[in-house]
Amino acid sequence: MKSTFMHDIAIDNLKALFNQLENEKQYQPDWLFHLRSRAFENFLIHKFPTKKDETYKYTSLEPHFSGKLTYLSQTKCSNINIDEVFKCDVPSLDTHLIILVNGWYYASSQQELLHETSDGLIYGSLREVTNKKPELIKPYFAQSSRTINNFLDDLNLSFMQDGLFVYIPPQARLEKPIQVINLVVADEAVQIYPRHLIISESSHLTQILFCDHSLNISPFVMNGTMEIYLKDNAKLSFYRMQNAHNHSIQLTNNYITQSHQSEFKSVYVTLHGGVVRNNIFVQINGEEAKNSMYGLWLADKNQHIDYFTHVNHNKPASESNQFFKGILDDEATGIFSGKIFVAKDAQKTNAYQSNKNLIISQNAKVRSKPQLEIYADDVKCSHGSATGKLDDDAMFYLRSRGISHKESCQLLMFAFASDITNQIDIDPLKEEIETLVDKRLRGELSRCNRCSISCT
Amino acid sequence: MNSEDIIQNLTQSDYKYGFTTNIETETFPKGINEDIIRRLSEIKGEPSFMLEWRLKAFEYWKQMEMPTWAHLKIPPIDYQEIIYYAAPKKNKAPESLDDIDPELKKTFDKLGIPLEEQKQLSGVAVDAVMDSVSIKTTFKETLANLGIIFCSMSEAIREHPDLVKKYLGSVVPYTDNFFAALNSAVFSDGSFVYIPKGVRCPMELSTYFRINAKNTGQFERTLIIADEDSYVSYLEGCTAPMRDEHQLHAAVVELIALKNAEIKYSTVQNWYPGDKNGKGGIYNFVTKRGICKEENSKISWTQVETGSAITWKYPSCILKGDNSIGEFYSVAVTNNYQQADTGTKMIHIGKNTRSRIVSKGISAGYSQNSYRGLVKIMKNADNARNFTQCDSMLLSDKCGAHTFPYIEIDNPTAIAEHEATTSRIGEDQIFYCNQRGISTEDAVGLIVNGYAREVLNQLPMEFAVEAQKLLQITLENSVG
Repeated sequence: MKSTFMHDIAIDNLKALFNQLENEKQYQPDWLFHLRSRAFENFLIHKFPTKKDETYKYTSLEPHFSGKLTYLSQTKCSNINIDEVFKCDVPSLDTHLIILVNGWYYASSQQELLHETSDGLIYGSLREVTNKKPELIKPYFAQSSRTINNFLDDLNLSFMQDGLFVYIPPQARLEKPIQVINLVVADEAVQIYPRHLIISESSHLTQILFCDHSLNISPFVMNGTMEIYLKDNAKLSFYRMQNAHNHSIQLTNNYITQSHQSEFKSVYVTLHGGVVRNNIFVQINGEEAKNSMYGLWLADKNQHIDYFTHVNHNKPASESNQFFKGILDDEATGIFSGKIFVAKDAQKTNAYQSNKNLIISQNAKVRSKPQLEIYADDVKCSHGSATGKLDDDAMFYLRSRGISHKESCQLLMFAFASDITNQIDIDPLKEEIETLVDKRLRGELSRCNRCSISCT
Repeated sequence: MNSEDIIQNLTQSDYKYGFTTNIETETFPKGINEDIIRRLSEIKGEPSFMLEWRLKAFEYWKQMEMPTWAHLKIPPIDYQEIIYYAAPKKNKAPESLDDIDPELKKTFDKLGIPLEEQKQLSGVAVDAVMDSVSIKTTFKETLANLGIIFCSMSEAIREHPDLVKKYLGSVVPYTDNFFAALNSAVFSDGSFVYIPKGVRCPMELSTYFRINAKNTGQFERTLIIADEDSYVSYLEGCTAPMRDEHQLHAAVVELIALKNAEIKYSTVQNWYPGDKNGKGGIYNFVTKRGICKEENSKISWTQVETGSAITWKYPSCILKGDNSIGEFYSVAVTNNYQQADTGTKMIHIGKNTRSRIVSKGISAGYSQNSYRGLVKIMKNADNARNFTQCDSMLLSDKCGAHTFPYIEIDNPTAIAEHEATTSRIGEDQIFYCNQRGISTEDAVGLIVNGYAREVLNQLPMEFAVEAQKLLQITLENSVG
C-alpha cells in the first residue's frame, strides 16, 4: 500500500506544479504550451510505470518524485563561483565552453545567451532561441521524443524551461569540441528539467563533450531530454561523463535521429550518481547510416545504474554497434536493457550489441536484457551478454609476478574499462577520463579531480 | 525452379496427421463452472482432496486475467465455449488390447504409435492420451517388476494418492499462472511416472497426445518423479486433426529429480498448425517446469516445436540442489502464420549449479518466432555457471525472429554468458552445395538440419529420425 500512497503524492505534487506554471503563464509561445499540455495529459493517463512495465522492470522511479522538491522557475546564477566551475574543466583542451546551471543556460550577459560564429554555427540557450528564432527549432523540437511513449519525456516537456541549443550548418567545420558543463548547485532538494536540441548538417566531424557535475551535496532529481538530429552525411561524436554525487537522481532521455549516411558515435561514462537511468533511443531513418554507442558504469555503495537502449533500423544497409560494460561493487545494481529493432524493409542491416558486467562484491546485482526484434531476413544481427568475476587465470598470472592482490584487481578492472575509454577520440579527454576511472576504481575519487567539493 | 520457388514449396507441404477418427465420444457441455469440475472429479473417481484442490484452483483462476506480455497476437478466447472433457466412450476399462475400440487402435496405428506390444520392436513404453483420457499404457508389467509406476494420471490419483498428494502442484502450483490455474481446475488426464530409488528405467517412456473431438480443449497433466539415484528418459508427441477453429491445449508438466537422479524429457510437438492462411490450428499454452530438488540431480529438456498455430511455453529448471544441472535444447520452427514465443527459465539456487541453453529458431512464411528466456542466479548460488546460445534463422522476408533474454545475477562468483545471432541461409552456402551437385532444395534441408543438429542429437534415437523428417516436411517448399 505504501507504493500507492507514494504514487498519489508524487502525482499530486506534479499536478500542483503544472497548474502553478499554467497560472503563472511561464514559457509562453502557444505552440510550446500546447505541446506541453498534451505531454502532461499523456503523463496523467499513463502515470508512473510499475514493475510490470517491461521498460521499467528493474527501476522504480516514482518514490524519487514523491519527496519535497523545489522547482526553479528562474535562473539563479548569482551565487556561483565561476572559478570553482572552471576547475572541472579538462586542462589542455581548448573548447567552446558552455555552462548550464540547474538546467539553465549560464551567460554573463543577455548577448552571451546566443552565439553565431562566422561559419554559421549557432549555439546558446534553447529558451533564447525559442523566443528569438523559433523557425530554427520548430521543425525539430519534440519531434523524435514524442514518437515513443516515455513518461520521463512527458515530464520533461511539461516542466522544461531551458537547455542547450546547437545548430551546425552544412560545411561548417568546428576546429574545437563543444564542451558543456551541466552543473547542479542548490541549497535545497530541487527538480530540474533541462532540454537540449542539437542539429547537425555538417559532414565534418563535430565533437560534443557533456559533463554532469554537482557542486554540493543537496539531493536533486534531474530529468533531462536531449534530441539530436543528424541530417544527410552529418557526423557527430558525443561524449558524456556523469559524475554527480550519490544523493542525486539523474535521468536522461536521449533521442538520436539519423538520416542518409550519417555517422553517430557516443561514449557514456557513469562514475557517480545515486540513481542513474539513461534512455537512449536511436532512429535510423536513412540508408547506410552508422551508429556506435559505448557505455561504462562504475557503481558502488547503493548506486543504481540503469542503461536502456533502443536502436531502430528503419532503412536498409545501416549499421549499429552497441558495447556497454559495468563494474559493480558493494550493494550496487547495474542494469542494461538494449533492443535492436530491424524493420521489414531494412535489409542488409548489420547490428551488434554486447553487454559485459564484472561483479566484485557479494551483494552487487546485475540485470541484463539484450534483445533482438527482427523483421527482415537479409541481416546480420547478434548480441551477447556475459557476467562474471575477475578471471582467475589472469589474476594468477599477475600474482605470480609479485603484484599484490589489490593491485592486480585494479589492473584487471582498468583493463576491463579500457575497452570503452579507448573509444574516446579526444586525447586529452581520454587521458582525463582514464585518470578518473583509475581513481574511481581505487576508491579515491570521491570528488572530481580539481573540485573542492566532496561528492560522497 | 529458382531458389525462391523452392523455399516457397518447402514451406507449403501439408499436415499429414490431420485426419479425424469417427469414434463415439462422451463429452461434457461447453463451458466451465463448479458443476463441471465436480462432475469431472466424480467421473474420475477421485479422492476428495483432489476435488478440493481443483475447486480452489478454479476460484483462483476466476480472479485472473489472461496475460498479454508475450510477443504474440492472440485472438480473444472464450473459455465458456470450450468443452472441458471429451473421452472415447467405453463401457469398462480395457483389460487387454482386444478391448480397445478398433477405430481407436487404427488411429494410433495411423500415427505410427506402437500400442501393440508384440508388434513393436523399438522398446518404447507408450501411454496414449486421446482427447482427455489416457487410452492404454503399454509395457506396464515389465516396468512394474522394477517398481516403476507408469500409468495415467487418473489411475495414479486413485491408486497412488500419497505420491500425487505430495508432489502434484509442488513445482507448478495452481497460483503460478493463468493457464496453470485453469489446468489445475479441469485437467482430465495425463501421465504419471515414478522411478524408485536406484532404478535406471530400461526403456524410453512415451506419451502420445491426440486431440480428436471438436471444440474440445485438452488439459493434461504430467508428473514425473525420479527418486534418488534413478534415471528416466521420457518422450512426448502430439498431433491433432485439421479444423478451422482454434483449439486450446493447456497442459502442465512437473518434473521432480531427487538426489543424483536424472530426468530427460523430450518433446516433438506437432499439433495442427493451421492452414497456410493461418486459419485454424492449436493454441499450445503449456507450463513445463522441473525441479532439481536435491544435490547432483539433472533435468534436461529437449523440444522440437513444429506445430501449433501459437506456441507459448517455457520449459524451466529450478536448480535447488547443489551441483545440479539444467539443460534446455530447442528447435522451434514456425511457418505460414504460426507464432511462437518459447524459451526457458533457469533458476540457480544451489551452489555449483550449471545450466546450458541451446535454442535454434527457424522462421519462414509470415510467421513470428521469439525466444524468451530467464537466467537467474540467486545470491547463494556460488560458482553457478550458465551458457546460453540462441540463434535464429529467417527463411523469408515477411517473417520475424526475436530474442528476449533476461539475465539476473546476484552472486559475484557466477558466470553467465549469452550469445545470439540472427541470419539467413547465405547465397554462398547454397552456391557451395549447388556446385557439388546438390539441388537447392536438398541444400536447404542439409543446412537447416546442420543448423539444428546440436539439438536433434539430444533426442533419443527413435525420435531424432522422426524429428529430422518433421523438420524437413514443415519447411518443405519454403526455401530460397
